[in-house]
Order: sequence, then structure tokens, then C-alpha cells
Amino acid sequence: MDFGFTEEQNRFRQEVRGFLEDEIQKGFWEPACDAWIQGFDPAFTKRVAKRGWIGLIWPKEYGGQGRSHIDRLILTEEMLRYGAPAACHWFADRQVGGAILSFGSEELKREFLPRIAGGEAFFGLGMSEPGAGSDLASLRTRATEDGDYYVINGQKTWTSCAYFAHYFDVYARTDPEAPKHRGISEFIVDARSPGLSRIPMTDITGTEAWSDLFFDNVRVHKKYLIGEKNRGFYQVLHQLDYERSGLERIMGNYPLFEAIVQFSKEHKLSCDPDVRSKLAQLRIEFEVGRLLGYRVTCVMEEGRTPNWESAMSKAYSTEFEKRLANVAMEILGPYGQLMPGSRLVPLRGMAPHSYLGSKGYGLQAGTTEILKNILAARGLGLPGS
Amino acid sequence: MKLSLTEEQEMLRKTARDFLADKCPRAFVRQMEESEKGYSTELWEEMAELGWIGLAFPERYGGGGMGFVDLAVLLEEMGRACLSGPFFSTVVLGGLPILDVGNEEQKQEYLPKLIRGERKFTLALTEPGYQNYDASSVTVEAVPDGGRYIIKGTKLFVPDAHIADYLLCVARRKPENGIAIFVVDARSPQINYTLLKSIGGDKLCEVVFDHVPVPEAGVLGQPGQGWSVVQKMIERAAVAKCCQTVGNIQRVLEMTVDYAKERKQFDRPIGSFQVIQHYCADMATDVDGARFIAYQAAWMLSKGLPCTKEVAMARVWMSEASQRVMDSAHQIHGAIGVSMEHDLHFHTRRAKAAELAFGDASFYREAVAREMGL
Repeated sequence: MDFGFTEEQNRFRQEVRGFLEDEIQKGFWEPACDAWIQGFDPAFTKRVAKRGWIGLIWPKEYGGQGRSHIDRLILTEEMLRYGAPAACHWFADRQVGGAILSFGSEELKREFLPRIAGGEAFFGLGMSEPGAGSDLASLRTRATEDGDYYVINGQKTWTSCAYFAHYFDVYARTDPEAPKHRGISEFIVDARSPGLSRIPMTDITGTEAWSDLFFDNVRVHKKYLIGEKNRGFYQVLHQLDYERSGLERIMGNYPLFEAIVQFSKEHKLSCDPDVRSKLAQLRIEFEVGRLLGYRVTCVMEEGRTPNWESAMSKAYSTEFEKRLANVAMEILGPYGQLMPGSRLVPLRGMAPHSYLGSKGYGLQAGTTEILKNILAARGLGLPGS
Repeated sequence: MKLSLTEEQEMLRKTARDFLADKCPRAFVRQMEESEKGYSTELWEEMAELGWIGLAFPERYGGGGMGFVDLAVLLEEMGRACLSGPFFSTVVLGGLPILDVGNEEQKQEYLPKLIRGERKFTLALTEPGYQNYDASSVTVEAVPDGGRYIIKGTKLFVPDAHIADYLLCVARRKPENGIAIFVVDARSPQINYTLLKSIGGDKLCEVVFDHVPVPEAGVLGQPGQGWSVVQKMIERAAVAKCCQTVGNIQRVLEMTVDYAKERKQFDRPIGSFQVIQHYCADMATDVDGARFIAYQAAWMLSKGLPCTKEVAMARVWMSEASQRVMDSAHQIHGAIGVSMEHDLHFHTRRAKAAELAFGDASFYREAVAREMGL
């Protein structure tokens, strides 16, 4: 067992920190909670790309750097620590690029990966539908063959990267006769396709980070099918393992954690035994979440796809984030209710924003219940219900 | 970074697991709990022969030259097997502190025999009225008396003192009043032992030092080293206890999952009910969290890195996670789990005892708060 980082890895961490601190100092952006999913800043993404930090682990021939999963862990950990606005490239870097690498044709790899790595192609995820959440296999969006094309009709919801995505990673039914898990395929859909429209969704925090997508006879060339026809459900399970593989959910609100600890010190609230105990408990719970996240990286570093390990890490971490937001609001007392932009608001309103946001954490990327099912069935071998 | 065991550690684990499955079945554990000694001489000698006692000591004293993380692997397996007895007290509470603090002469005198299993050690630290693990709680006195010290006072919860050959006694050296550690011959006629009956089934003793003479050379290391040395001993013991608990609750998780797969109610295995699955998923999360946070502390100790915060975090998590795991295990096992015929109680009782040893969750949570600068 080795819990340390090499000197080279420590240097890389310092390099990332230096870059991010410089960005903040220049006033390019302010650290924010959930900026990895809600902070859209194409110029920032471009600057990150220039450093070679998008697609860090992909092979060099596709525009990546061929670096290790541990390097990517360090990079993303620092992005999250500083609350950097990385949402334009996060999804493609984390999962769509990997899906293309694992299942896509050589042509797709050459067309998309270098552009993602260059900060030129942003992706949103088109998985959930109004009638298909946890039971994703019951999705109803249809893709029908028509010559060299598929024609897509239907609706997606909670599609990330709302207005910035150039492409969507879309799952649609290609064989309605087959059992529901065996009739789904994965496509790359150009966001400018005729017949594709978006309506932004405002979430409980007041943020427009997601949208509804409507497909009205959207034509997609067959070459934009990722992987095998009708194997889409198995591919999405694989992709979801990666979607949950990072530190997003233990560190997505790290700026708030840091700020509330600092606030408690400065206002001498931390002399109160109750406040001390709550903050120390959060620190301990954070440490466990960090280590469960690190374990997922180690699994990937060994060349395995993390499955129940990432389910465990994500299910645990969302609960931590709920407690973090609750404790922060409690410590702030009546000021805790003041929303961003209000007179007298402490900590730029991060606490109520996180509190509201945290209601969705246990729903994104697999509900906590689904994740515990995965852990029980795949990790512990318990029988199906 | 690599959060799995090395090949060598995997081998050690497998050897230990097989050996203990053979030598330390639950019938043996029960027998040891019921016996006054609390251990078997044959098993002790076999462990010495396997090189377990000396595993983490340098080769020049006859040890195996391995590190604290390797010892952690062994401790985890002992926790899994519910093995009580003098291994923990001799190695963790006696030998390693001598290695840390003792002068060369003391190391040469004590360590080779300890490693060969010929001498058993333990630590006499806590006292009646002892609340927290801080220096102010130590009242046992060592008074100079013409080239020797006379120790008097009472120590409590001293593990395996009744069968130890030496006690490391933490006392106040008069007249300076500083803390020092004395190596005391446990057979001294001025020492009285009373066995306490404790929840963990281990052998905790009340030890009364009734004017016990100790030669000047019996001060471990330098007389002026004080409490910081003791603190390090406590830190290491706390982590070692965590590693034992990891083994304990890992086994409990496995027993519970197996039971949930076999036990049928309403014509189906109870493990097919989602509510049971989610209990099990939570248990697995608690256990894995416990493993990583305990081994992180063990790893830092082995590297000599400052780790007061990491040790404290491990202790808090372990205390609370182990109790949650035991609660769920009992709930899933149903009524059979609260009977003495089932094995679960061995684990339940040990987890509770471990939670209270070397500082509880509140004590260490406050330590984390201090380390955070709160």
C-alpha cells in the first residue's frame, strides 16, 4: 500500500495550482461550488486545452497526453478544489471521449478526440427522458434507419452543458421489438442539426445548466453511431461507471467547505464545542470520501473499469455533501438563508446554493438507491430481487 | 499511490488467514475467553516461530525487518479471527516503544527475547479516574531511593499484565514530576494483579504497584523525554487497534452477506430484499472507508510522517463505523445473532472494547478540530 504521490506527481499538482491561482488572481473567474457542472467558460476551457489538460489520459495519436489516471486525478482534484469553471469540457473529458475510445470507430476517434482535447468540441449528455430515469433501458426516443442515416425522434431531459454543447451523446431505441436492454444504440448528434431544439431548464438553485432536448426527425449519419447497433445500453453502463469515477461529488462544494471553516475561525465560532465537533466530523467524512475516490482511480490505474467501487464512492459522497451544506447553513444561522447577490450575504451565498443543489446530487449519475443496488449485486453478490 | 496490498503483503495475509482459520477457530476463542491466562503457550510459540512477533523489528535484533503496514496486515487478520492474547500488548505496547525510545543496551537486552517469544510485555498507562489520554492523568509516582526508584500507585485496564514478564509503567518521576517510562519486572512481589471482567473477553487487569523497586537503568531511554514519547505510543496503539477492527468488521460484513444469501423468509433469500441489500451496501462502505483511513494512518506512521490528524480521523471513523456495521449485522442476522451459540457476539463485544481503547471518538474528534486550527 502506498498513499503517497511521486515527486513528479507533486510537481504536476503544483503546476495545476499555480495555473488556477494565476487565473483567479487575474480575475478571470471566482471559485464556485459545482463549477465543474455549472460553470461554462469556453475561454477557460481553451486555456486548459492549451496546457494539454483535456484528454490527459488519451493516447497521443488522438490529441491526448498518454498520462496516468493518477495525473488526471490530481488535475481534477485541483480543478474542484479551486471551483474552476470547467463545465464546457468536463463531460467529454470524463466520459464521452472514453466512450469513443472504447467503442467508437477509428474515423470517430480521429474526428472528435483531437477537437475535444483542443477545447473545440463540447459535449452534453442525452440519457434521461421524462419517462426514463433510473430505468434508463425503458427510454423511448427512437432512431429509425433511412439509407445512410438514422432519423431520431423523441425527447431527452436533464441534458447537461445546456447551451454550450456542440454535440450530444444520445441514446435512442433502434430495435423496438428486442428486449428493452438490447435495442438501444449510442449516437453523436450535432447540436446544430435541423429538427433539434433545446429549452433550458432552471433547477432548484436557479441555475440554467441543463436543458430539455427535442428531436423532430433529426438526421444523423450512420458513421456517428458509437460502437455496435443495439449495444448502447451496455455501453452506457460502462460510461456511467466512469461518470461516477471522479471526485466531483466529494469535492464539488469544496470552496464552501474551505470557506465555512475559515469563517468559523475568523468569527470565533469554532470556540463553540458543537461547531468544532461538527466541522471536525465533516473533515473526517471528507477524508473517507477522498480515499474511496482515490481507490476508484487506483482501480482504473490497474486497467480495470471501476464499477461497484465508483457506485460506493458516489453514493457516499453525495450524502457527505448534503451534510456539508446543512452544517454550513446551521453555522451561519439566519444569515445562512441569504441567497447570492443579497445584501449582507455571507460566503457569496454558497451555503444555500449548495444546500439546494445537494438535493439533486443523489439523483444525478445514478440515484443513491440504484448505486446501492449495484454495490449489493456486483460488489457483494447479493441475489436479484 | 497504490491502495492495494503488495504481493508480499498478500502472501502474508493469506498465510495468516489460513493459519488462524486452523489454529484459532471460534471454539478456541471461547476457550481462551474462559481461561484465566487468555492465551495458549503452544500458539504463542508457533507465532514466534512463524516470525510474527518479530515481523516489524530490525533484523539485527532477530526481527523480520518489515514495516508497520506489514504488521497492520497481520493485526487485521488477528482481528478477523478474534484472536486475543499477548501479541498486541507484547509487540505494539511493549516492543515497538522499546525500539523507539530505548537505549541500545535496553534494546539488546529485551528485544531478541521478546522476538523469540520468550518474554511478554505490556503497557501500564491508564489509572483510576483516567478520562483522557493526557499527561495530567498520570499520578503513579516513581520516587528516587538511593540508586533506584520506588514505584507506587494503581494502574487500570492493563492488558495481559497477569501473564506479562515486563510492564512498561508510565509514571511521574519525583521530585521533578516529569513523565518517564519504567521497565518493571512483572514478577516483582510488590505488584498485585486483579483480573477485570470486560466486554471484549480480553484480559484487562488492575495492577497495584506497592513500593516496587526499579533500578535506575530501568528508565526507558532518557528520563527527560516526557509525555511526547507516550503520546507516540498511544498513537501507534490507536492505529494498531483500528487495523484489528478493520479485520473484525470485514469478517462481520462477509458473515452477514453470506447469511443474507442463505436465510429464506417469504420463500426467498432475505438478501434479495432491497432494504437488506442497502444495509449491506452501507456496511461495505463503512468497512472500506475504515480500511483506507486506517491503512493511511499506518502508512504514514511507517514512513515517520507527522500524522496526528490522520490517526485521529481514523479513530473517529473506526469507532462510529464499527458500531454502525455491528448494528446492521445484528439486524440482518435476526434473533440468532443475539444468541451465544452464534459467533457474532465475539465480534460485537470486541468491536465495542476496541472503540473504547486508547481514546474514544469525542477525544479524537477534538484532536482533529485542533489539527484543523479550529
